[in-house]
Amino acid sequence: MSVSDIQPAPNERRPATAGMPKLHMAIFAVLFVLLAVLPLLVYPVFAMKVMCFALFAAAFNLLLGFGGLLSFGHAAYFGGASYVAAHASKVWGWTPETSILVGTLAAALLGLLIGSLAIRRQGIYFAMVTLAFAQMFYFFALQADFTGGEDGIQSVPRGSLFGIFPVDSNEALYYLVLAVTFGGILFLYRIVHSPFGQVLKAIRENEPRAISLGYRVNRYKLMVFVLSAAFAGLAGATKSQVFQLASLTDVHWSMSGEVVLMTLLGGVGTVFGPLLGATIVVTMQNYLASMGAWVTVIQGVIFVLGVLLFREGIVGVISRWIKRPL
Amino acid sequence: MFDLLGIPPQVLMGQLLLGLINGSFYAVLSLGLAVIFGLLNIINFSHGAQYMLGAFVAWMLLEYLGINYWWALILVPVIVGATGIILEKLALRRLYHLDHLYGLLLTFGVALIIQGLFRNYYGISGLPYSIPDQLSGGQNLGFMFLPNYRGWVVVASVIVCFGTWFVIEKTRLGAYLRAATENPTLVGAFGINVPLMIMLTYGFGVALAGFAGVLAAPIYSVNPNMGADLIIVVFAVVVIGGMGSIMGAIVTGFGLGVIEGLTKVFYPAGSAVVIFVIMAIVLMIKPEGLFGRNN
Repeated sequence: MSVSDIQPAPNERRPATAGMPKLHMAIFAVLFVLLAVLPLLVYPVFAMKVMCFALFAAAFNLLLGFGGLLSFGHAAYFGGASYVAAHASKVWGWTPETSILVGTLAAALLGLLIGSLAIRRQGIYFAMVTLAFAQMFYFFALQADFTGGEDGIQSVPRGSLFGIFPVDSNEALYYLVLAVTFGGILFLYRIVHSPFGQVLKAIRENEPRAISLGYRVNRYKLMVFVLSAAFAGLAGATKSQVFQLASLTDVHWSMSGEVVLMTLLGGVGTVFGPLLGATIVVTMQNYLASMGAWVTVIQGVIFVLGVLLFREGIVGVISRWIKRPL
Repeated sequence: MFDLLGIPPQVLMGQLLLGLINGSFYAVLSLGLAVIFGLLNIINFSHGAQYMLGAFVAWMLLEYLGINYWWALILVPVIVGATGIILEKLALRRLYHLDHLYGLLLTFGVALIIQGLFRNYYGISGLPYSIPDQLSGGQNLGFMFLPNYRGWVVVASVIVCFGTWFVIEKTRLGAYLRAATENPTLVGAFGINVPLMIMLTYGFGVALAGFAGVLAAPIYSVNPNMGADLIIVVFAVVVIGGMGSIMGAIVTGFGLGVIEGLTKVFYPAGSAVVIFVIMAIVLMIKPEGLFGRNN
């Protein structure tokens, strides 16, 4: 598919949201400054984990919040990319940036494969299909040779950025992860506020009308699915470099559920909701790790309460209070 | 007996039986999902957890109260169904006017809660539940050995499936149900208490999951994760069959179990994924599912 195919848009008006609102720019700036000094305040590995999951949730939100498609199988792209990147670093000896890149591409390819089948169904069927394919990928990861089965791929070397700058230390790697995840999130922001993003919203709101306006709806859906899978992969590949590990946890269905939870908690379809949701969920897991399965129970309770009482999410509520999109 | 493609018949029949047993569970569980979906339009993500709950309640009845398997077979669906009714009344009911995806998310959360709680209190190692005395032992059929209990699982599932089919397709109550599936407002105008019917239908679908859990308890070890992976396969079964027809859910369930069993004989490595591969093929050829209605 070429880009021109999915950009029909005759006489398209320049979307009202083309430029970044000052409020968003200010929040991003504050976030960036905060993140730049964060390693002084908290353990860098924890901060890197939060950033990877924030990108993961933002990628998922692109699909659910703006494409209106609930995927219950995003672990496949997140974990799949993490396997490929870990393999590239460890076995092929590639540099971090090339490993992350090839992991991302692999996730995009997997997204293209699964997405082209999944978009044939809508609504809850779509959710079930994506979940089933992700489970299939889980079995593949369990049985394939290169994934290391139950052990995963361990002690992945961090190597040197571009083969020049060593990123073995957490502090050095932190700024690479910051650049990758922050860049990714800004890129996702750009996609949402592009003409492409406007068409996505049109499809989400009223698919038959979008079709009658001449948009090839399925191409848009597939495109947003692939983009979302790719950025989920970017997050997963980066995470494999941080933890020097790729394991079955990242491809398990519970990971797919977690990213849904992060997005729902923060606010589906908001810009900053997934970032906040990811921060809360990862922090919670971190501090409650000693409580074992209670973490699962708490996550379940948040899901139930979130769906029953709190569907807009935290950022969604704040956004309603200040009467501005966030 | 002759060998088929170099496979001894004992092996082939053994795997066919295992496939049929898995198929029994697929059929009962996907039937429950289809019944719930028909009226509530939601996918009950907690179905696997409710199946696990059924197995655990059976185990608890035996362990703490000394209530045997046969009573459990009747009591457990009632108890698990009652928890379903409570869930419907307290939570699901509030979501009917929203996008159906919220029902999926809510029941997913419920599944996490149930599984997490049981993992906390019972660990993940699994608890034994012995086969009832009347069904221990087996029959030598000449070409294979058939354990009595496994034969019973298949028979019981077939009876429950066709009983459900009969009630829904051939009785007056089923007619109300089918009518409410098509147009709840109109059925309500005829004086039928549709919200009550929805509540009981959810309870019944959940009870089916609980029943499957009791059947499973003596075969698989009773553990908190027993439903989690199974339910994803059942989702694939439901996508393949389409949820438009009750008979479709039953036939697809048994059929896919048998195909999975055969795959174990001829290509063991593929047995874990064969149902997902079939799902992919069905999505390419007939996206609405084999028995589905295109809407």
